[in-house]
Amino acid sequence: MSGELSGRVAIVTGGASGIGAASAVLLAAAGATVIVADLQEGPNAKRDGPGRFVAHDVTSEESWKTLLADVLKRDGRLDIMVNNAGISGGSGTIETTTVETWQKVQAVDSEGVFLGCKYAIEGMKKTGPGKPAVKGSIVNISSIAGLIGSAGPTAYTAAKGAVRLLSKSVALHCAEQKYDIRCNSVHPGGVDTAIFNPLWQMVGHAQGKAFIGARHPIGRMSEASELGEVILFLASDRSSFMTGAEIVADGGITSGLMRRSLLAPP
Amino acid sequence: MPRLEDKVVLISGGASGIGAATARLVVREGGKAVLADRDEAKGRALAAELGAAAHFVPLDVTQEADWQAAVEATVATFGGLHGLLNAAGVGVRSSIEDCSLEEYRRVNDINSLGTFLGCKSAIGAMKAPVGGSVGGGSIVNISSVLGLRGAAHAMAYSASKGAVRTLTKNVALHCAQMKYNIRCNSVHPGYIDTPMIAPRLEQNAGNMSGRQALEELHPLGRLGRADEVANMILFLLSDESTFSTGSEFVCDGGLTA
Ligand SMILES: NC(=O)c1ccc[n+]([C@@H]2O[C@H](COP(=O)([O-])OP(=O)(O)OC[C@H]3O[C@@H](n4cnc5c(N)ncnc54)[C@H](O)[C@@H]3O)[C@@H](O)[C@H]2O)c1
Ligand SMILES: NC(=O)c1ccc[n+]([C@@H]2O[C@H](COP(=O)([O-])OP(=O)(O)OC[C@H]3O[C@@H](n4cnc5c(N)ncnc54)[C@H](O)[C@@H]3O)[C@@H](O)[C@H]2O)c1
Repeated sequence: MSGELSGRVAIVTGGASGIGAASAVLLAAAGATVIVADLQEGPNAKRDGPGRFVAHDVTSEESWKTLLADVLKRDGRLDIMVNNAGISGGSGTIETTTVETWQKVQAVDSEGVFLGCKYAIEGMKKTGPGKPAVKGSIVNISSIAGLIGSAGPTAYTAAKGAVRLLSKSVALHCAEQKYDIRCNSVHPGGVDTAIFNPLWQMVGHAQGKAFIGARHPIGRMSEASELGEVILFLASDRSSFMTGAEIVADGGITSGLMRRSLLAPP
Repeated sequence: MPRLEDKVVLISGGASGIGAATARLVVREGGKAVLADRDEAKGRALAAELGAAAHFVPLDVTQEADWQAAVEATVATFGGLHGLLNAAGVGVRSSIEDCSLEEYRRVNDINSLGTFLGCKSAIGAMKAPVGGSVGGGSIVNISSVLGLRGAAHAMAYSASKGAVRTLTKNVALHCAQMKYNIRCNSVHPGYIDTPMIAPRLEQNAGNMSGRQALEELHPLGRLGRADEVANMILFLLSDESTFSTGSEFVCDGGLTA
């Protein structure tokens, strides 16, 4: 059903690569005006791509203010916010993670999502009277690392756990205030994106992908487009009764028991 | 037989509330309690009251150097470290719209970074064999029911407690994998009558008192007491819980049921 999102304006942070880029393509195909807000440009985030690129750093409140002002000025409204930008911060454990790494990861993965929700609500509220009513949707990308403890480095696991709860509190606030804004979290398993570049460099893409794929009951990693579909669903009115929910797309990882040996890194 | 005989337990936030109640229980059950808190006056007073089995060290949980000093002082005073309770924490009431970045960072630094640093600092001392015995220990992190459920007015707090929930599991699995014999679990209290929630008890909510409004959230119809949470923590610190790790222990009068 293309055109489903026509007239709506969406911001996708980290939209230049991976899951963000895949969702930007699908949101644009559904008719939305997509603003790709990322540190870097990517294949889809160019003047002539499906997304308009805006240089943005999710950790900077100044950058959020500038981005929101720019979008409201040029597009006049904001309907969809995909808080997707994220970093893994390396592979530190509780013993090897430094305070510096911890803070860097929290700044992007936790504070970045906090600021994204805060400015999304501000922008969606300003869309208000005299314009078609907002059916706002905020989609926060957490991870299975926000649900279980074995799925990531220590600082990342904590930040994604924060995003899971922060999404619920934001959802409840918007409901209580009777804003027509929903907020949900997405929990992907292993997705074949640049976030795994360090591993690809170590063991090769094909071998690394097979190794991580084998940790999923479904037997493979996800493609970014499969997560893009989940994000499109949550961004659209098709999910109109969903708020504060956690949507897991992990090939079955969190459904059952994991072999102990699978905990070991390659 | 005392349930914590000769076990040395370091307690952040040990000067007040749940941490203080746990310190009393640790000493009652034959263990040694090191109270670590930024509230020196209250912490020293409680340590003095508990006598030779207790010791106070000043600690700001957001400072790694403070944690290292606290662990060193614990080992120097009582000869080892077997248990860690991360109970220091702050509560703030703010929604996504009225919480500033500074406030978000402050709450997450104390509740989440503080717990991370506690785990990191204690593991080093716990895994080391002490006086010929094998290493090992139990880490208990206080999350909250708000690490399981969201709340409009507690956005930053719930985020910090959600972080503690997954951090705990990550630490538990790391220690299991490394065969350290160190367990790590999270405790999720409902509303407990401590100084932390005292301001809320005095604020009327509509036609109810603050206390009634909070009591109403719990199927048991009342607030929890610090000693009720301390009993659950005692179980987790003791050898009664040796097969529990990476788990969530809820103590909430039925609130999340
Ligand atoms: N790939 C996976 O297996 C997986 C699994 C679970 C969750 N996730 C999450 O999905 C999200 C997207 O990850 P991905 O796999 O597509 O990774 P990716 O590395 O391909 O893309 C992340 C993008 O975020 C951008 N970014 C990083 N820091 C930024 C900042 N401060 N400001 C603005 N943009 C910034 C990067 O430039 C990059 O374009 C992340 O939040 C990640 O944690 C990924
Ligand atoms: N009381 C409740 O209803 C409730 C419910 C769920 C969870 N909790 C959690 O239980 C834990 C204990 O809370 P409480 O109710 O006993 O509160 P409390 O206020 O009585 O005690 C908290 C203690 O932490 C100390 N502290 C705060 N910041 C510190 C820092 N930076 N460094 C060192 N010490 C610091 C304080 O000085 C105080 O002694 C907290 O983590 C809290 O979030 C409390």
